Amino acid sequence: MDVSLEDRQLLGALEDGLAFEARPYAGLAARLGLSEMDVIGRLKRLIADGVVRRFGVIVRHHELGYRANAMVVWDLPEDSVPAVGRTLATLPYITLCYRRPRRPPDWPYNLFCMIHGRDRAAVEALVEDATRQAGLTGRPREILFSKRRFKQRGARYGAPQPASLGPASVGS
Amino acid sequence: MSRTGASLSEDRRPEGESGDEPATDLAFDEADRRLLNDFQRDFPLVPRPYAEIGREIGVGEQSVLGRFSRLKGLRALSRIGAIVAPQRTGWSTLAAMAVPFPRLQAVADLVSSNDAVNHNYEREHRFNLWFVVTGPDQAAVQQTLAEIETETGLTVLDLPLLESYRLDLGFPLQWT
Repeated sequence: MDVSLEDRQLLGALEDGLAFEARPYAGLAARLGLSEMDVIGRLKRLIADGVVRRFGVIVRHHELGYRANAMVVWDLPEDSVPAVGRTLATLPYITLCYRRPRRPPDWPYNLFCMIHGRDRAAVEALVEDATRQAGLTGRPREILFSKRRFKQRGARYGAPQPASLGPASVGS
Repeated sequence: MSRTGASLSEDRRPEGESGDEPATDLAFDEADRRLLNDFQRDFPLVPRPYAEIGREIGVGEQSVLGRFSRLKGLRALSRIGAIVAPQRTGWSTLAAMAVPFPRLQAVADLVSSNDAVNHNYEREHRFNLWFVVTGPDQAAVQQTLAEIETETGLTVLDLPLLESYRLDLGFPLQWT
């Protein structure tokens, strides 16, 4: 399903986050030349259609004490990836679980998960739990702990902006 | 898209720098914790969402607004926003580079300065720099990767999502 220009503009206007004002959707609507109820209705439909996977509070885990995060990657036969991925996705501490392409010879791994924990030992214990639960004991695997975080912010897709949405409107 | 350099440099504060100590749990009372935990999904889509949240957690609309502002100031809250399914309104990829360690900071800075990059992390691996690139379409993303390869003289692994089993849905926060 194609996402309409108006919806892309709405999502673009939301990339910096919902304003902390009593009627934030009215503020968005004014910037976009829509009505408040139109903005609310569009967001509801984008969520119902699965374009928006969640709408709400996005926390910074490191600042909340989740000091360790690991990307865990497995090298699995392609035809087993979907079932394993769906099993891993049921575990509450797995926040992301994706199939991605291998890039031989440098990169043989095709299933990627992200796990956050309070410290390294906690994450390692969760990785072992996930490995057991998904029947992956002995499968080629690597755990890539994060070290420095150079940049973290929401995605910006470069949605086309209406003429009214320039720097002058920031803070309106 | 219009963005100020100021907000970009704030986004780029690396971990471990003095002054970047994480906010501690002690800074959050029960209402703060509920604001951070309970509204990661299904944020109210009503004209006055902060008033509705206030009714749910037993504080006033102005208190909710003040608390969210404070939590953002403490950098515990990134934003209230939408997580868009990958490749529904544009294109994104996960990219990785094996950077010789003496060059890592400089290459990371160069990658972070690219406006198409959102997350950029050092990880413990021969492939030690991992970042996400987004753009309006696949060609734009691949152009960004090609620019980074040209500017650094290093190869970039392009690892776009092929299938998603779980996309960031938030998770229950545990307070120690």
